[in-house]
Amino acid sequence: MGDVMTKRIFRAVLTGAALATALGGLATPAFAQRDPAYAAARSSGQVGEKMDGYLGIVGASTPDLQRLVNDINIKRRAVYAERAKATNATLEEYALTAGCQAILATTAGEKYQAPDGSWQTRGAGAPLRDSRCP
Amino acid sequence: MSAMIHPELTDRARAARSLAMQGSSRTRGAKRMMAAMLVPFALAGCITVNAPEEPIVIELNVNIRQEVIYRLAQDAGNTIEENADIF
Repeated sequence: MGDVMTKRIFRAVLTGAALATALGGLATPAFAQRDPAYAAARSSGQVGEKMDGYLGIVGASTPDLQRLVNDINIKRRAVYAERAKATNATLEEYALTAGCQAILATTAGEKYQAPDGSWQTRGAGAPLRDSRCP
Repeated sequence: MSAMIHPELTDRARAARSLAMQGSSRTRGAKRMMAAMLVPFALAGCITVNAPEEPIVIELNVNIRQEVIYRLAQDAGNTIEENADIF
């Protein structure tokens, strides 16, 4: 619980800092947003969220798409590894949990991988997720 | 109930000879119950194999337990929010 509290305080401080910088005239976002190419690939359904916590190519692969997906997955892996260490979990455990959350966070029209391995388009309802997902 | 009557007391009736006839009502009841219980099994002698109703699910990393995922869920959710550029 203490960890959650610390995190909340930390985030509150971060938000405060972001506000301060915004007010100070520096329009730097608190958290960086998606690269336009990535955002476009996501909304067009070329890439989707896999169950294992990584991004996947849904249809035909192109070198550009592969590069984009690899780049994001390498970054994700680094984040997972760091957080897995901090939470005393394995990389796979953390990545799978993040996959649960990332699939849940998809918006209507985006692609995600269902437990049977098929690609699904997120609708208005809840996505089809692994039975262990919270 | 007639079985409860001891062979010596059955006057004109024939004496119970076989073991089954002499068996106590308790064991006979038990036998009847056993027989009744076996009937469905006997009727269901043919084994029918049906395709499962639910789609076949490929369990990814089956060794990862649900409780671990539940423990990490909050942290993973925060991680996604804090790294919005790669999620």
